[in-house]
Amino acid sequence: MTECGVWAYAVSAEIGPDRLAGLTGVAGQPVRSVTGDGLAAAVSTVSMAEFGEQPLRRRLEDLAWLGATARAHHQVIEALAPPVVPLRLATIYRDDSNVAALLTQRQADFAAALAELTGRSEWGVKLFVGQSVAPATPAEPDLPGAGPGLSYLRRRQRQLAARDQARQAGAATAQQVHAALGRLAAASQLRPLQSAELTGEVTAMLLNATYLVDDAASARFAEAAATLGRQHGVRVEITGPWPPYSFAVLAPREAAS
Amino acid sequence: MSTEPASGVGVARMGGGAAQAYGGASAAGPQPGNLGDILERVLDKGLVIAGDIRVNLLDIELLTIKLRLIIASVDTAREIGINWWETDPWLTAAGDRQQLEQENRELRGRLSALESGQPEQDQRRGQRGDD
Repeated sequence: MTECGVWAYAVSAEIGPDRLAGLTGVAGQPVRSVTGDGLAAAVSTVSMAEFGEQPLRRRLEDLAWLGATARAHHQVIEALAPPVVPLRLATIYRDDSNVAALLTQRQADFAAALAELTGRSEWGVKLFVGQSVAPATPAEPDLPGAGPGLSYLRRRQRQLAARDQARQAGAATAQQVHAALGRLAAASQLRPLQSAELTGEVTAMLLNATYLVDDAASARFAEAAATLGRQHGVRVEITGPWPPYSFAVLAPREAAS
Repeated sequence: MSTEPASGVGVARMGGGAAQAYGGASAAGPQPGNLGDILERVLDKGLVIAGDIRVNLLDIELLTIKLRLIIASVDTAREIGINWWETDPWLTAAGDRQQLEQENRELRGRLSALESGQPEQDQRRGQRGDD
């Protein structure tokens, strides 16, 4: 029999058996819960031959494997009843009792984090440049008598100036939208911009941010994002509600022993 | 207002948003978040807590995969002028530095104006329009 470990997905106050019925996680294994001190963790069994330190390192480099595992991890977390504290990918324990020990040791911290996240979800907002064409440069007539070289230089100068303006405008827009949306959220975070290869979008991304929003205000938040996008002439993409990945924090323990 | 409480219903592109107004994205209805959205959350975010198997995700070459595939490089961001967070004083120490430099420049300008006995030139305040 091969050695087994326990993959942990998330911690919640309680995880009803109905939530877990038929739910499978990474490596297609059924998801179950481990409880301790009024908390529950969603976990599933993994083989150490695949998820031990060395094999895991290798597999994490494999983008296809990583993608499938990331989706599996995410799907389990998404299937749980909010609020949950999602755990980082590849949080693996030797056995259930070590998971239970974690819940007991950090009970107060998890409880505080769950309280903070109750009734709130994470929303992602991306802004993209409205259109791919460069802003039209004013068609000034070439100066009479100016040679082709000088005309070219003047044209080029105008082009560069226009592009510079567009950049500054885009950055300013992102900043303004982020500030406005931040005022409607309990917390916010800037994310690195995603590359065009990944997004499949034609135009450049101006903002990739994430917000923790009260569920009661989520419609208002989405409305505001759309309105701001229209006002600024940029395209808005909203994703959510996400489990609060970006806002799940435990208060640091002083002098962890 | 009937806001459904958010539950794990998956990732949906919001309807009626500006997405439609700017052509590109048709109303594709609910769709799973792109892999990058998921990866940037499960790899970069989510609670980090010590498990028994120690794999530091940032330690391994995964990081290079991430940089290559998921995230626009910082250079690219600079190139297209969307690095404002780097100079936002609320976000970075570099912003503080830049603000100090700006302030320094302004003060020097005022000093030389005073020394030359000329009225202060119209001081350009920070472009951030602090209020």
